[in-house]
This record gives sequence, structure tokens and C-alpha cells, in this order.
Amino acid sequence: MATNDAQRRSIRAQALSIGLAICPFGLAFGALCAESGIGVWEALGFSSIVFGGSSQFAAVSVLADDGTVIAAITAGLLLNLRSLAFGVSMAPSLKGSLLWRAGVSQLMIDESTAIGSSQATHELRRYGYLWGGLSVFVLWNTTTLIGVSVLSEAESLITDLGIDATIPAAFLGLIWNKLENANHRAVAVIGAITSLILIPFTPAGIPVIAAASAIIWVQPWVVREGDSHE
Amino acid sequence: MSDAVLVVIFLGVGTYVLKALGPMYFGNRRELPSKFKTMALLLPTPLIAALVITSTFSSDNALTFDARIVGVIAAGLALWKKLPFVFVVVFAAFATAMFRLLVA
Repeated sequence: MATNDAQRRSIRAQALSIGLAICPFGLAFGALCAESGIGVWEALGFSSIVFGGSSQFAAVSVLADDGTVIAAITAGLLLNLRSLAFGVSMAPSLKGSLLWRAGVSQLMIDESTAIGSSQATHELRRYGYLWGGLSVFVLWNTTTLIGVSVLSEAESLITDLGIDATIPAAFLGLIWNKLENANHRAVAVIGAITSLILIPFTPAGIPVIAAASAIIWVQPWVVREGDSHE
Repeated sequence: MSDAVLVVIFLGVGTYVLKALGPMYFGNRRELPSKFKTMALLLPTPLIAALVITSTFSSDNALTFDARIVGVIAAGLALWKKLPFVFVVVFAAFATAMFRLLVA
């Protein structure tokens, strides 16, 4: 009993610290929306309805560069394909009524899966998933709101304060740890080069979508050593 | 309807379907092919790498070299030194702002 309480306490602490860690991302996302002329309600729509950090950044970046709606959606969906894998791995710990499963599914993001899947029992996995997901959901939406409302009042601040550079910095931060893995490093380099070459020749969004083809070169399906998510 | 609203709706619905398929349909009776799993987990990396590039070098569909590059280099240094994420973002903004103020 006591150990279970201690585990729950440590899960809550983990959830809170992962939530705090994403706060700068939330501010950066709000800033990106302000920079792209996206209003407060649309920004909150992204953060609550789409609720998937990297896909939100990708979709809004594509729109900001005058890319098409289809390109923005495609880039976002490609980034979220992993939610399907997360969902299948978390499903056994999230059993319940149809309504319950429908509700908790919205929290299927990197952070909730990371905390949930590192627990020992189904009960603690569910607890970690919910705390991780809710902590990020609340803080992500709060910081999005702060970022977009503060900066849409003062658009000149975005270039004066270098806030436009926080977007590539945020993206770099998102993949940095993955680059320790040789496969990830290879696809990152190929994806980066692909997009750099395509920028002058294709409409916005296409360089990003085309970068997905990098995984063909690495052929992850024949690699044995695996690439497991924690 | 604005482009942003359309993207919120369609990307939102599509993303929700991907999130919910596991808990709603697969349950623990079915497994995804491991090839799909490997691919889905590898896929974000080249896409985000491409986003680093486009958000640094692209404006109005042309290659552009401006103060953002300085910010990305600062971010790279901060990440390399394993600084907390908030510093990564702040350094990027600060370096870019300084470059604009002093050089550009």
C-alpha cells in the first residue's frame, strides 16, 4: 500500500516536471501563431483539439509560409502517425467504458505515453498516462494562450526580440536527443538536405512532407536492433 | 472559414482518429506490424529536421540567410551543453535579437 502511494507521488512529480518542461514550447507555439496572424481562438483550437506539439508547429509553419491547407494537414498527420503506435501499446492499460476510452484517447501524446508505459502495473500505467496527459494539456494550453495573446498585441516584438528564431530552436530541441541513435541521425540529415534543396522549387509545406521519404533510405523495416520508445 | 480553422478541424479529427484507434478498436487483442511501429516512430525525425531547415532558411518560398541562423546555432550550442530547454529557446531569441541590433 505504502509503496503504491510512494509510486503515485513520484508519478505525479514526474508528470508535473514534464508539464513544466513543455511550457517554453507552448509559449513558442503561441508566438508562432501570433507571428502567422493566427488568432487566440484558433491557437487554442490547435492546442486543445489537435493537441500534439510537433504537428501543431508543423501545420502552422506551413500556413505561415503560405502553404496550402492540404499541405499543412498532411505534414501534421504524418507527424501524428506515431499516436497510433502509442495507442496500441497503451490500450491494455486504458480499458473501460466506450465513453471513457473515447475521452482518454485525446491525451495520447509522447509525454503521457512515456510516463505511462514506464510503469510496472496496468493500474500505475493508467495513472501515469492520465497525470502526464492532463498536466501537459493544462500547461500547454495555458502557455499557448499567454504566448499568442501577449505577442499578437505587439507584433514588432517578434523580430526585435528574436522570437522568430525560437521556432527552429524548438524543433531542434524536439529531435536533439533522438540524434544519438544512428538511424535517427541518418534520416534527420537526409530529411534536412531534402528540404533545403526543395525550398526554392516547391510550394511551402512540400519540402517538409518530402523529407518523410528519408526513411526509405534507412529502411527501418530491415533493421534488427530496433528503435524502441521508452 | 479561415485556413487555420480548416486545419484545426481536419488535422484535429485525423489526429484524434489516430490517437483513439488503439484504445477504441485494437484493444489488446491485436498488434500492429512491428514494421509499422518502427516506421511511425522514425518518421517524426526527418520531418522535424526539415522543419528546422524551413523555419531557419525559408521565407516567401525562397532560400533566405538572415539572423535566425545565429539563433539556431546558439540553440545548438545550448543543447550540446545539455542546458534546460528554456535556455535553449531564450538563447536562440537573444542571439538573434543581438545580431539584428548590432549587425543588421
